[in-house]
Amino acid sequence: MNPITDIAPQLIRGLGTTVTILIASAIFSYVMAFIAGLCRLSKNIFLRKFTGLYIEIFRGTSLIVQLFWLYYAIPILFDINLPSNWIIGVIAIGLNYGAYLSEVVRGSILSIAPGQSEAATALNMSSFQRMRFVIFPQAIRMMMPEFGNYTIQMLKGTALVSLIGLRDVFYYGDIMRSTNLAHAPLIYVVVLVFYFILALPLIFLTRKAESIAKKGVAN
Amino acid sequence: MNGNYWSWERFSEAFPYVLEGLTTTVAVTISTFIFAMIFGFVWLFLRRIPLRPVNWTVTWIMEFIRSTPPIIQLFFMYLAWPVVPYVGVTLSPFACAVIGLGVHFSTYIGEIYRSGIESVGKGQWEASTALNLSLLDKWRHIILPQAIPPTIPMLGNYFIILFKEVPITATISVQGILYMANTFGSQNWAYIEALTIVGLILLVLSYPSAVLIRKLEVKMNTRFDKNAVIKKINKGVTS
Repeated sequence: MNPITDIAPQLIRGLGTTVTILIASAIFSYVMAFIAGLCRLSKNIFLRKFTGLYIEIFRGTSLIVQLFWLYYAIPILFDINLPSNWIIGVIAIGLNYGAYLSEVVRGSILSIAPGQSEAATALNMSSFQRMRFVIFPQAIRMMMPEFGNYTIQMLKGTALVSLIGLRDVFYYGDIMRSTNLAHAPLIYVVVLVFYFILALPLIFLTRKAESIAKKGVAN
Repeated sequence: MNGNYWSWERFSEAFPYVLEGLTTTVAVTISTFIFAMIFGFVWLFLRRIPLRPVNWTVTWIMEFIRSTPPIIQLFFMYLAWPVVPYVGVTLSPFACAVIGLGVHFSTYIGEIYRSGIESVGKGQWEASTALNLSLLDKWRHIILPQAIPPTIPMLGNYFIILFKEVPITATISVQGILYMANTFGSQNWAYIEALTIVGLILLVLSYPSAVLIRKLEVKMNTRFDKNAVIKKINKGVTS
């Protein structure tokens, strides 16, 4: 069995699902991260507690449990029959990593020296301007490497969606394995290489983000 | 689907059933962590070999293991390892889980060890050379006592991450809490109740541990972070 001519074409069929889920859940989790991260810093105590609850629930349990739970609960809760489980995968991965990333957002904003915020106040900036022009541009540089790391984690998480019946790279690999048991090691290695190739750009972007975050920062 | 959305009756029925899997889940977590802590040293030593090509290869192998899905690595151990020529043996699901997840997490733990050793200042190494300490004395009395404490909270964090990752071993039929919940769910059509219990168990065990480790982290930081110590000394002194 040739890995390039026999196995790869089969796996490519699942590439679309893996990549679209990764992109959609990454965007969803980034949005969740900023919303939840900023809500955690809000002055409103209910908002703060409520987001805290969301974060602790999603960080305290595991992705596979959340994925299964949403898989069974969403059709019942909203009384709908989904045409595809794609959206469930995106929601589960997005909410899970959104919770992790919101802590990154919160931590980075809190790590900006209080003098920065005081100086902005002294310059008569509104709280929005303070965030937009002073705090955020500094905080975002610190967030970038962590966002990269968690995106790699999300890619690893997308392999779980085959468990709720989505046809991703892992699904097609597993189908092949079940008909070619003797070639199982080779098939799985090729599947792993597929995921690694998808991870490579993310690894390099993360390294780049790390070097940007370090550059020109006085300690 | 089911007319009854949520039944407390099924919930209370499922609870003892799912709880039966907890011993296995905890046992897998602890065994995997011990395996990963031992295997982490292998990576540490391999990376300290002062040969460029070796260093490069080891780094990329670690990167490969770390950035590919652990579930596929588990499937590899469970379904593919027995047919690997010469070295392949059939392993129990428990052993597959320990080795598969253990190797995956050992790459993280190897990095933790490395960061611990690198956190020891250059002056410490030079001073031990200047004092003519033997290799053993240098590591035993100078490097390790400073390198180990800061790694403890990091290791604790990874223990919790591992604990939350262990439910994926249900897919290779390790009979932990998630496996029990799925079995109960399929027998009684009570997936939501059973899965909620799994979530609650994970939350109840991981949240307090996470809080504890966060406290430990703060304590370690104030003890070992020089800036924090200086801040503490300068407290009350107008700067």
